[in-house]
Amino acid sequence: MKKRNVLVVMLVLVSLALPMFAQGTSDQAPKQEIRVLLANHPYGELLKTKIPEFEAKTGIKVNYESLQESQLTNKLTTEFATKSSTVDVFMTRPLQEGLMFIKNGWYEGLTKYDFSDYPSNSVDIGRKNNVAYIVPLVTEWQVLYYRKDLLQKAGLSVPTTFVELEAAAKALNKDGVAGFASRGKGAAAVTQLSSYVYNFGGRYLENGKAVFDSPEALEATRFYGRLLGNYGPQGVTSMSWENVMPVFQAGKVAMWTDASVFYGQIVDPSKTSIPASDIGVAQLPKGPKGDSPFIVVSWGMAMSSASKNKSAAQQFLDWATSKELAVEGMLSNITMARDSAWANAEVRKVMNPGLVATQAHAAKNGYPYDRPFMSSVGQARDLIGEVIIESINTKGTSTRLAALAQEKVKAVDELLKTDGEYGL
Amino acid sequence: MIRQGFFEKNLRYLFPLPAVIFVVVLMVFPVGYTFFLSFTDWTLTSGRPLSVVGLKSYLQVLSEPRFLEALGRTFYFTFGSVIVEMVLGTVLALALNRTFKGKGVVKTLLLLPLVATPVAIGIVWNLFYDPTIGILNYVLSVLKLPQSGWVSDAKTVMPSLIIVDIWQWTPMITIIVLAGLAGLSSEPYESAMVDGANGRQVLFLITLPMLMPTILTAVILRAIDALKTYDIIYSMTGGGPGYASENLNVLAFKYSFEYFRMGQSAVMLVFLFLIVLLFSLAVMRLRRAFEQ
Repeated sequence: MKKRNVLVVMLVLVSLALPMFAQGTSDQAPKQEIRVLLANHPYGELLKTKIPEFEAKTGIKVNYESLQESQLTNKLTTEFATKSSTVDVFMTRPLQEGLMFIKNGWYEGLTKYDFSDYPSNSVDIGRKNNVAYIVPLVTEWQVLYYRKDLLQKAGLSVPTTFVELEAAAKALNKDGVAGFASRGKGAAAVTQLSSYVYNFGGRYLENGKAVFDSPEALEATRFYGRLLGNYGPQGVTSMSWENVMPVFQAGKVAMWTDASVFYGQIVDPSKTSIPASDIGVAQLPKGPKGDSPFIVVSWGMAMSSASKNKSAAQQFLDWATSKELAVEGMLSNITMARDSAWANAEVRKVMNPGLVATQAHAAKNGYPYDRPFMSSVGQARDLIGEVIIESINTKGTSTRLAALAQEKVKAVDELLKTDGEYGL
Repeated sequence: MIRQGFFEKNLRYLFPLPAVIFVVVLMVFPVGYTFFLSFTDWTLTSGRPLSVVGLKSYLQVLSEPRFLEALGRTFYFTFGSVIVEMVLGTVLALALNRTFKGKGVVKTLLLLPLVATPVAIGIVWNLFYDPTIGILNYVLSVLKLPQSGWVSDAKTVMPSLIIVDIWQWTPMITIIVLAGLAGLSSEPYESAMVDGANGRQVLFLITLPMLMPTILTAVILRAIDALKTYDIIYSMTGGGPGYASENLNVLAFKYSFEYFRMGQSAVMLVFLFLIVLLFSLAVMRLRRAFEQ
C-alpha cells in the first residue's frame, strides 16, 4: 500500500514536469516551422499582418515574436552566445550589432540573395570578406521637422544653415514653446549629434580610432549643447525620441531634428494636436564645413547560422524583403531600402514631396553612419553621451569639454583595442 | 522486495528530491556560475572565447568610478526609501489598528499600490514627472511654486525615484506591522493600565518594543528588495540622466546586455550578492537581540 502511494506521487511529479520536454517531441511534426524575431518597428508590424499569406502560400508555419529594439538585441545575443538559439530569421540593426554578430559568426552568409536592387553602400555595411550577411530593409536619414505656423508668425523662413537654425531657435523660444529640440539623453543623442559633427567637418571614428575630440567635433558638440541648453525643452538630457515626440505633438516644440521615420507619426491626426498642414519637413541645415546628414540602414533582415531550417528560412527572408512588400512598406510611410520601391509610380503619388526631397538630398550627400561603427558601440555611445550631456548642461560653455572628450576618446580606443578593431 | 526496501528506506531523501533539484538548478547553479564568470574576461564583442583571468575583472570594476558611484547610490536608495517606509508604514498600521467607520475601504485603498506592476507604475509616474507636460509641474505652477526637473534632472532624480518606491512599498510594511499588532498579547497592556501608564508611555514602552522583531522582519524583506531594485529605475530613467540613477543592478544589466562584458558584470553582481548577504545577517542578528 505504502509503495503504491509513493509510486503515485512520483508519477504525478514526473507528469507535471513533462511539458518541459514537449518541445523535443514535437520536432517530428511533418509541417515545416520557423521561428522569426521581429522588432516592433512599423515594418515588423506590417510583416505580422502579412505572415498568414506567406503561410498559406508555402505551407511553412511561422512562429514570430515581436520585441522592442534593445530587447531584441539582448535576446538574440543571449540566445546566440549560449548556443541555444532556435531563431531562424530575425530583424537586425546593422550599425548597432552587425559587427559583433559577423565577428561571432552568428549571421548566415547570404550567397544566394540578389542584392542588385539596393544601393551598394547599404549592403557593404553588412559585408565582410566579400560575403553579405544582412539584407537592408529600412533607411533613415536626419531631417528638420518644423512648425510652419510658428515660423510664419515670427516672419522667418526655414533655416538652411546652422547660423539660421540658432537664430530661429532663439526667436521661437517663447510662450512655453521650446525653440528647438533634439535628443539629449546621452547614448540616444549620439546618433542625432552625428550629422552636426559631420556638418562641422568632424567624425566619431577615423581609420579605426576615436576622433570625437577633434576641434571640429568639439565645436559641433558645443553648438548642439548651446542649442539644447538654451532653447531645448526642460529635462532634455533625459529625452530620447520617444520623449521628444509627445512634446512636439503637444505643440510645445517649434523645430525638431531627428530621423525621418517619425514623419508619419507626427502628422497622424489621432496622435498629434497640431494640424498636419502646420508641420513641415526639411533637410538638415548646412554646417560651416559640410552638408552631409547621416543616411543609414536602420534595420535589416538576416538568417541565423545556427538555423536548422535553412531552406524555409531562406524562403521567408526572400519573401519578407521582396519588392512587393517594399512597396507596401512605402505606402504606409516606411522608408524602404530598395531602389525600386522609391521609383514606383504609385508610391511617388502618395509620398510627401518634402520627405522625398530630403531623401534625395541625403542619398546624394549623406554619410552612411550615425554612430561609431564598432562592436562595443553600446558602451562607446554611453561614453560619448557623457560629453554631450556635459555640453547641454553648460549650454555649450563648459571649460572642461575638451579634456572630457579626450578622456572618453581614450576609453573608446581602449574598447577598440579589446575588441581587436583598433586602427582597422 | 528489494525495490520496496529501497523506496521505504530512502523516503526521506526521495520526497524532498524535486525541491532539491529545483533549488540546485535554478538557484545554486546560477549563483555558482556567476562566481565563475567573475573570474573570466568573457566579452561577446571581442568574438574570443572566454578565458579565466583571475582577479583582473575585479580590478577593472573596482577602478571604475561608475561602479563606486552606483554602489553609493544603491545604499542611498535603500536607506532613503526603507527608513521612510518603516516610519510611515508603522504609523499607518497603528492608525489602522482600531475600529472606525470605513476601515475596510481605507485599508483596501492603501494596499492598492502594492498590487500594481512596477513597470506600469514607472510609466505612469513618468507622466506625472514630465517637466513640460506632466501634472506635478503644472500643479506647482498653479501654486506659484518653483518647478522641478524631477527624474530628468541629475540633482533630483534619486529623491524622485525614492518617492515612487515609498509610494509603492509603504503598504507592505503596514500589512506586516498590522499582523504583528494583532499577535501582541494583552497582558502587558492590562498591567500598564493598572499602573496608570499614559498613551505615549504605552506606545513607546510597550507596543513599539514588542513590535520590534516584526518591524525588523519587514525591514529585512524590504531592504533586500530595495538593494536589488531594478524594475522601477530601469523603466523610469534607464539609469539616467547620464548615469545619475544607476544602482548596482541597473549597472550590471547594462554591462551584460548593452556592453556584453559578462565578466565585469558578474563581478558587480558578486558584490551585490555579498552586500545583500551581509546586510541580512546583520539585521537578523539585531532581531535576535530584540527577541531576547
